[in-house]
Amino acid sequence: MRLNVNGQVHDIDVDPDTPLLYVLREDLRLNAAKYGCGLGQCGACTVLIDNRPAFSCVTPVVALEDKKIVTLESLGTAEHPGPLQVAFMEEQAAQCGYCIAGMMLRAEALLRRNPSPSDADIRAALLPNLCRCGTHMRILRAVRRAATAMQAAAESNG
Amino acid sequence: MRYVLLLLVALILLGTGSFVWFAWHSSIAPIAPPDRASFDPGAIARGARLAALGDCISCHTVPGGAPFAGGRAVQTPFGAVYAGNITPDPTTGIGTWSAAAFRRAMHDGVDRAGHQLYPAFPYDHFTRVSDADDADLYAYLATREPVQATNPPNDLSFPLGFRSLIAGWKLLFFRHAAFQPDTTQSAAWNRGAYLVQGLAHCGACHTPRNLLGAEKSGRPLDGGEAQGWSAYALDAAAPAPASWTADTIYDYLRHGWQPRHGVALGPMGEVTHDLAGAPDDDVRAIATYVAAQIGTPRPRSAPPPPPAGGPGEALYHGACAACHEGGRGPPLGGIDLALSSALHAPDPANLADIVVGGIPATGEEPAPIMPGFGAALTDRQIVDLLTWLRARFGAPQPWDGIQAAVQAARDTTALREAAQ
Repeated sequence: MRLNVNGQVHDIDVDPDTPLLYVLREDLRLNAAKYGCGLGQCGACTVLIDNRPAFSCVTPVVALEDKKIVTLESLGTAEHPGPLQVAFMEEQAAQCGYCIAGMMLRAEALLRRNPSPSDADIRAALLPNLCRCGTHMRILRAVRRAATAMQAAAESNG
Repeated sequence: MRYVLLLLVALILLGTGSFVWFAWHSSIAPIAPPDRASFDPGAIARGARLAALGDCISCHTVPGGAPFAGGRAVQTPFGAVYAGNITPDPTTGIGTWSAAAFRRAMHDGVDRAGHQLYPAFPYDHFTRVSDADDADLYAYLATREPVQATNPPNDLSFPLGFRSLIAGWKLLFFRHAAFQPDTTQSAAWNRGAYLVQGLAHCGACHTPRNLLGAEKSGRPLDGGEAQGWSAYALDAAAPAPASWTADTIYDYLRHGWQPRHGVALGPMGEVTHDLAGAPDDDVRAIATYVAAQIGTPRPRSAPPPPPAGGPGEALYHGACAACHEGGRGPPLGGIDLALSSALHAPDPANLADIVVGGIPATGEEPAPIMPGFGAALTDRQIVDLLTWLRARFGAPQPWDGIQAAVQAARDTTALREAAQ
């Protein structure tokens, strides 16, 4: 079957009930999304499906033909990090880092929908994702910083 | 001929006159909002427990808003009725209502000024609340923080905006009643009956309604509908594969979920959340009475053979099985779907709501959670999944209207997310 990930179409040969996360990590070698609980409860595996955040560990690939999947890899690279990644680095929001890919994609989905979210909006959007290190306050600051930077960039371009 | 005409005119006048007499209620004189010190602290405390049993706060508070300040829309098939501000604010609340005016609203469905109240305020149940309990509820509400908040006007289809029409509805469907104990039953059963039929107004959602919005007589607790959710039957038709007992109903009401039945969601989730303030004995009494209404389950026919294949099967194995076949029950794992009430319900509304919106985390007590699949799955895929789940785990009759239920679930979920 065909899978559209970060704008590229891939032909993959897996069982239809295979979770998307396994295909991303094992077949496409996109390792940003993490395996945490495997039960859709921790958020480390979060990706965007048609702009909305979803747990890739409980999303079978059979559900995904004709849908657009976005993973952290599309937000920037180590050489050219995107605005969310820059903000997370500047705020030193990662401790162990395991949850961060999921956090960034939740934040990305929020900022696509609402470029200037309130603190309450950010908290509500990130609610499904867990961080065991306790860097929540830094993550909140990073999302706020990214929102401000992205708005400033949009204004200077527009 | 003239006499016949005269007789007819007389009859019409008499009919209109008695209707006006029936419909007209005097205003009860406003009072200065009573001082907190004028109430017995015991009455306020009893009133707080009663308010939890009646779950007044649920309709009378906008999510996230000031408690009891009203303004929440109660959606009915006839339009939206906005729950009143029942804080003791003298201008926008009930601060100028005397205890007698409060009691009349509960007992007769008429406000202090004498206007008819819409039956979205369930006075068809509250009429059974005792005068002593009304006095305690009044003491509790009159000592809340007053909040100045004016309600949006009701949004009802023509001509239902005319309150005098409610008198006609009452003539047809509303009877004053006092609770009648059944001396052949236990004290707990009778306490439960008093609460279920009265203040807790379980039938407001769990009893089917007729075309004019009144609870169908003769079918109490036979299953109804609330805000896009199916309110399951609480009689012999209860859709529970594992039989309910007073203990398991108590457990469900106290914690909001029960490992062999499922999770209270939607309006019922609010009920179990707010029941936290209700005394144990009263929750046990409700459970005793409801268990008696459900009765001993009839033996069920053998489950149908599992369906082979179909597009829903792969979705189930990829999306559901990891939790629901993990061998670890609720709250950390998923419920055994063969036990789920949602899969045995007469319609797919609640299962659609759960699959689309998930089970959000609430409170601090351990409780099951589930991710929603509305973002990852299309309507068609959810229909396939629900069709397969019903055939594999649910009651033998296939569901009609799964597509419509999924679309309605998307609306319900969008409303819930917007309210957060």
